Amino acid sequence: MSSSENPQNQVISFTIDGQPVQARPGWTILETARHYRIHIPTLCFHPALKPWGSCRLCVVEARYGKRGKVMPSCLNPPIEELEVFTDSERVLNVRRWVLEMLLAGCPASREIKKLAAAYGVTSTRFAVTDPEEECLRCGRCVAVCNEVVGVQALTFGSRGVKKVLETPYRVPNNACIGCGCCVSVCPTGALQKRLDTVRGDLSRRTGHGYAH
Amino acid sequence: MQRLTNTAELKVLRDNLLQAQDPHRPIVRVCRGPGCLAVGADKVSQAFQSAIQSQNLEVKVQPLVKDTGCHGFCSQGPLVNLAPANLCYVRVKPEDVEEIVQTTLVKGAVVERLLYSDNGTRYKSAADIPFYRMQQKIILQNIGVIDPLDIHDAIMAGAYHSLAKALIEMSPDDVIRTVEISGLRGRGGGGFPTGYKWKRTVENARENPGPVYIIANGEEGDPGAFMDRAIMEGDPHAVIEGMAIGAYAMGVNQGFLYVRHEYPIAIRHLAAAIAQARALGLLGKNILGAGFDFDLQINRGAGAYVCGEETAIIASLEGRVGEPVTRPPYPSQQGLWGRPTVINNVETWANVPHIIDHGAQWYADLGAPRSTGTKIFSLVGKVKNTGLVEVPMGISLGALVEEIGGGVPGQGRFKAVQTGGPSGGIIPYELKEEFTDYHFHPPDVKPADKMELSVDFDSMAQTGSIMGGGGMIVMDDHDCVVDLARYFLRFLEEESCGKCLPCRLGLKGMLEFLNNFSQGKGAPADIDALESLGKALVDGSLCGLGRTAPNPVLTSIRYFRDEYLAHIVDHHCPAGVCRDLITYRIDPEICNGCTLCAQTCPQVCITGANQQLHTIDQDACIRCGACMDVCPVDAVVVD
Repeated sequence: MSSSENPQNQVISFTIDGQPVQARPGWTILETARHYRIHIPTLCFHPALKPWGSCRLCVVEARYGKRGKVMPSCLNPPIEELEVFTDSERVLNVRRWVLEMLLAGCPASREIKKLAAAYGVTSTRFAVTDPEEECLRCGRCVAVCNEVVGVQALTFGSRGVKKVLETPYRVPNNACIGCGCCVSVCPTGALQKRLDTVRGDLSRRTGHGYAH
Repeated sequence: MQRLTNTAELKVLRDNLLQAQDPHRPIVRVCRGPGCLAVGADKVSQAFQSAIQSQNLEVKVQPLVKDTGCHGFCSQGPLVNLAPANLCYVRVKPEDVEEIVQTTLVKGAVVERLLYSDNGTRYKSAADIPFYRMQQKIILQNIGVIDPLDIHDAIMAGAYHSLAKALIEMSPDDVIRTVEISGLRGRGGGGFPTGYKWKRTVENARENPGPVYIIANGEEGDPGAFMDRAIMEGDPHAVIEGMAIGAYAMGVNQGFLYVRHEYPIAIRHLAAAIAQARALGLLGKNILGAGFDFDLQINRGAGAYVCGEETAIIASLEGRVGEPVTRPPYPSQQGLWGRPTVINNVETWANVPHIIDHGAQWYADLGAPRSTGTKIFSLVGKVKNTGLVEVPMGISLGALVEEIGGGVPGQGRFKAVQTGGPSGGIIPYELKEEFTDYHFHPPDVKPADKMELSVDFDSMAQTGSIMGGGGMIVMDDHDCVVDLARYFLRFLEEESCGKCLPCRLGLKGMLEFLNNFSQGKGAPADIDALESLGKALVDGSLCGLGRTAPNPVLTSIRYFRDEYLAHIVDHHCPAGVCRDLITYRIDPEICNGCTLCAQTCPQVCITGANQQLHTIDQDACIRCGACMDVCPVDAVVVD
């Protein structure tokens, strides 16, 4: 710890891939890495939103003394003398499998194909259920609608493998103000096609039902 | 009920109750645990009630019929214990009740045919039965003895005695130190030191003043596990007392019991127990005049397995979707409504009164050095004696399965033990003797380094499994590890909350591999791929569900790779379970033409005249195995 009197000036010194780095208090490992332009891939992380930790692409291996742990860098703050590895074998194993499964989960997404190719994943062993699917249920759209816009027009429905992005009761939601934030934060562009299922047919959205 | 205003009144109440009790009054204890209820224990209990009340029995004292919690010996249910004669009757049917009343309660004789018998020996009292003899009952000692709906019965058995002791003799810090020295570790499966958790929570609350909450985790969702259920149904006061002591130690005024909705009896008994404890002044304002306020509230889980994970419980209690969030912050830092919160398993809470009563050192001397105390297991699967057992930690796996479990029924041979439910691993039974305990010995110690695998947190973790909540499924050579791993993965795939990608997509992907294997598809390289995918889930998933979900697969690959290879390379299921890889046929040498199989077959694909050889049409057969089950001469064989 720095002996400086102002806690804002205290920095946390640790290493990422052997490079000494310093984090400001409150920074996560990911934010520190971005500050030093060290690349860590992400899908669900967005600077405007609270980290959600669902995509797990940003995992890094953090070693402290003899103990090593794979953890998401978007959620974990660094500690003094931590050794962070952004592409160790364990990290790459998680990333490659997640990307291979995403190729089957959202086969229509060009962004995911590109990201997977960067990690040498070009084909998938898993069954494709919907060749048109692009949504990976990362939750960015739900979070932006909830945290930034504040209208909660979007939500996740069902659970587990059946989890889908939908509106409450699966009807167009009058709470939607049509701001398009969800579309702009979507990492794969999946929401572009679904916006009308959220806000409904614009020509019919007049009168009493149009609350906002 | 008169409200108790100080601890002396509790003692007076107990002494009065004990004096009023007639030690010679016959007591009939009918087990109403889940196993016995399923085979009609409620009818047995009703039969006793009406037999005793309806007629003028020629006895001096009217016998008392008590509906109690689980007696433990589930395979022999319905169970009836009689005191003070100390008799244990097994498999009691409502028709037998009249005979029990006339012979035992009136004449004082024994109904021999209802006693438990094994290898030609008849056992009169429960304590002599090998299943019970090996056990050490501490948490279970009142379960099956007291009436859970009557607080007076619990008080006579010693309930709330430890709470009174803590309130008058110990400071809150003393209580925490006692629990810490006792070495109690979380019984939900993680094995986190309870006293340390409490200490951290209190420290966090001191830095950040405000309310602290405690939660009992009664969301017991593992298939084949019913330890917490038995505690909540059979001795709800133990949980309440444990929580009240914890609340006193940590300065808590509100606690929550998070119980799954699938346990309606547990909820009813807990609600009744809380109401009675409140009426007696053992919960609520100014408990026992000690100036300490604590109350409890029951919250029902809506049926999500993942809500047994502590951050998901908090989300559920706050009214959010029951999805885990990443730790840190840990609940002891920021839990319920952002306040420090302690979440302990029901069984952990039930341990606390015993530690306070007998002292930390007594508890630390029980069990193994780093896993102190006793643990309740639900012993199920291919063992003769299935049921609920409480044993000291560190008991050898062999003793647990063979001596308490009574060995494998029929012709089978032990193959493996699955511990810890869907998050646990499959341990081959051979490992019980060849296990080398390198953890506690220096590596140069050679001579007697083959020691028995002991059942405690650390030894279990070394085998790649976990202790878990206490489910213990015994498998014999008719159980297929691929099929069992597939079963657990299917369960977890259903129960995954779907928040993080490794768990949501990975469980589906692992299941795809296993489905292929069970159909004989795939290549040997796929086993390595599955193993690597499993490791990605362990490293990458958000919560404990995903991080432990691959355990059944990883351990079965580690110990039973041959069996996987047999499926993939030879297209053969050695255990004869995986339907796509087996055929049923009728052995012409043995078949006596009784036609039973032909009558049972749902596909009507077995042909043959009476007293003549039967044959199965393989094209129509769906491999349900019904013919094998009904054949009286075991002529149906599986290839």
